[in-house]
Amino acid sequence: MRYLFRPPGTDGARLLALPWQLPLEEWPPELLLEVPQRGISRHVVRFVAEQGRVFALKEISEHLARHEYALLAEFEAEGLPSVSVLGVCVDRPHGQDAILVTRYLEYSMSYRYLFSRPSARQSVDQLMDTLVVLLVRLHLAGVFWGDCSLSNTLFRLDAGALAAHLVDAETAERHPQLSRGQRHYDLDLARERVGAELLDLQFGGLLPDGVDPIEVADSLQGRYASLWDEVTHEEVFRTDEQRYRVAERLQRLNDLGFDVGEIELVTDDEGARLRVETRVSAPGQHRRELMRLTGLEVQENQARRLLNDLRSFRAYLEQKEGRPVSEPVAGARWLAEVYQPVIESIPAELAGRLAPAEVFHEVLEHRWFLSEKAGRDVGTTAAARSYLRNVLPSTPEELTTPSVIATRP
Amino acid sequence: MASIEMRNIVKQYGDGYPAVNDVSLDIADGEFMILVGPSGCGKSTLLRMIVGLEDITSGDMVIGGKRVNDLAPRERNLSMVFQNYALYPHMTVFENIAFPLRLSKTPDDEVRRRVQEASDVLELKEHLERKPANLSGGQRQRVAMGRAIVRQAEAFLFDEPLSNLDAKLRGQMRTEISRLQRRLGITTVYVTHDQTEAMTLGDRVCVLRKGKIQQVASPRELYEQPVNLFVAGFIGSPPMNFLPASLEGTTLSTPFGPIALDEQRAAAVRGRDLLLVGIRPEYFEDASLVDEAKRPLGSTFRARVDVTEWLGDSQYAYIPYEAPEAITAQLRDLSRELDSEELRTQAIVSIDSTSRIREGREAEFWLDSRKIHVFDPQTGENLTRDAEAGARLTQMATEDRVEQVEHAQSTGQTVSGQSSGPSGAHRATA
Repeated sequence: MRYLFRPPGTDGARLLALPWQLPLEEWPPELLLEVPQRGISRHVVRFVAEQGRVFALKEISEHLARHEYALLAEFEAEGLPSVSVLGVCVDRPHGQDAILVTRYLEYSMSYRYLFSRPSARQSVDQLMDTLVVLLVRLHLAGVFWGDCSLSNTLFRLDAGALAAHLVDAETAERHPQLSRGQRHYDLDLARERVGAELLDLQFGGLLPDGVDPIEVADSLQGRYASLWDEVTHEEVFRTDEQRYRVAERLQRLNDLGFDVGEIELVTDDEGARLRVETRVSAPGQHRRELMRLTGLEVQENQARRLLNDLRSFRAYLEQKEGRPVSEPVAGARWLAEVYQPVIESIPAELAGRLAPAEVFHEVLEHRWFLSEKAGRDVGTTAAARSYLRNVLPSTPEELTTPSVIATRP
Repeated sequence: MASIEMRNIVKQYGDGYPAVNDVSLDIADGEFMILVGPSGCGKSTLLRMIVGLEDITSGDMVIGGKRVNDLAPRERNLSMVFQNYALYPHMTVFENIAFPLRLSKTPDDEVRRRVQEASDVLELKEHLERKPANLSGGQRQRVAMGRAIVRQAEAFLFDEPLSNLDAKLRGQMRTEISRLQRRLGITTVYVTHDQTEAMTLGDRVCVLRKGKIQQVASPRELYEQPVNLFVAGFIGSPPMNFLPASLEGTTLSTPFGPIALDEQRAAAVRGRDLLLVGIRPEYFEDASLVDEAKRPLGSTFRARVDVTEWLGDSQYAYIPYEAPEAITAQLRDLSRELDSEELRTQAIVSIDSTSRIREGREAEFWLDSRKIHVFDPQTGENLTRDAEAGARLTQMATEDRVEQVEHAQSTGQTVSGQSSGPSGAHRATA
């Protein structure tokens, strides 16, 4: 047998002791982890946990496994939202298929979960928009997905908003640029698959009343077309409008979750022509900033939220101490005095239902809500106490992320 | 159902490289056409241009008499089979087949009619009310085919559909696809790099090399009357043997002794210093086992056998031979291009499984000189190709197809609304 894995190699090395020579279907149950948040797969897929990390193992032909391994590695390097690939195991005995190993996307939710809960906070509209953002991002990067479906997507909460991640690149193809035909075809496939997946939920009695699978599937086309146009269209305007039109366009793209790489502005007597080159990676300036100041790894919206809190904490410190406080010092103290105490106060039985940064975001929301009601700022500590007692317990237990389940005593 | 006509199709990428170079090909209504060739030959690009995934640089793509160059994939009404073989667990097999129609809001009775008909053809009738969890591997694939059938597409397109299946399921699916295509009589284009699939499935096979068509013919014509060295080397397993030769009078002098040609063939190859003789493994035999009546139709030679391979029902002997460097280098290039194991200067000959020829010893062989071909090593052209005999073989294949489709239709095995009647099937091109 042959194992190929990417650094950090320690993750891979820990997995070497698993019984790779056996068909996945025959692996002893005590090695496996039940993961409820998953879609439909046409292959055998199993999950294992090793020292607090969870991995997804998929049995597929070597050719496909190598293809997917290479593509997912590229996607990750470029910052496309996809699962992170660890490695492949090939040359298994008796001519068995290869196994592709990916890192489980923690705190993610499947569409089955999101749709089948009538009390879900996220609307169908939000979900479809999120899926379309992912598809447009991939198309901008020259990726033909070939199997865009809800089953092949996982959703994560990012400060109340949803972010979609690609989890299956088996049929994906990389091109320097996609033709119109390729984009349309990919979208046709997405429409068909999403429609079928929702019909399936409906047949299973899992779709809330009032959601029409065909209507939702048909809406993809329009959503895609307007987003694609928004991120790629060339604008023409008068030279005197130039300044605010450029700023407006950039703001609009940022609001849609896109980052701008390069701006090309061509002016002549007729006016100005603006072309923007949209980055394929999701914006990450806040994420990087928070990482630098606190070492926390969170998603972009969460980072923006946490940074805002960090900044007001710094202002509070400066006022209290009557002298300037440097950013790094404020970062370290905010982490120790504000963020960590909230996270550490999450009771063990509620841990893992939401990502820590998402809990913190919700605590801040809750604080605003309580303060509004009380007519004064109630403070983070009181807000956290109330949130953990009254709000977090209503988050379903089935959302608990596998790595937390795996490390429970 | 529709015919597909390609006129001078060119696909040029940004760097100027022509992935498909001036391809003209007519696929008749109801025909099963294979696009085959080694990787990089342009077969997938051509299929993608039919579907609408790749823009066409120049030329015309005509489906059912309509130019479709500028139509979106959906507007071409073609069906890529097996693109979606996800099975949905809460839906019955019926609904798993029907959902493309549900999404296009087809009336219920029409949905019922089409799914019933498709499930008859696919022999899924007994399973329609079940959930898909209990279906076998082959039945699952048939559900995927059912989705393609109910759409009533103009044509079925397959892009290496079996390459990721295990050997057993692959064989099974090959049979299923072939049977289904015959019963439906639907125009089918099938891309593969596997010559076994090409030879067993297609009415006609289009062999491509570096974006250009080499030959379009029935499998038998390709095998017996290849147009050039490339086609001869690509079709057949084990591959055709190529020996260096020179012509003296009407006799070829080869490492395996003299081979006599009739005057007509001798005239066709005359005037070249060096030639390549192509002999398929089964044109050889252990000389001691050749019928006396057959013996004078070929020539005999003695050679030392390197290795023998006994497979029960058949046996192969490997005979090394000497070749000038120019020939060795050319054969090496050819095998590299064909993605095949190296065509070494070693002949693979098929001998009767009862033959006592043993490795390491010298033995006498017979070869059927009527069936050899002689190639120009420079251009690769087959100098002894009999175009008329080839055309007859392809004509026979066409007649077989028409008869099979008519039979399927007259016995009511087809899906209505899909068959344009036997008149469509008659539009054969030889």
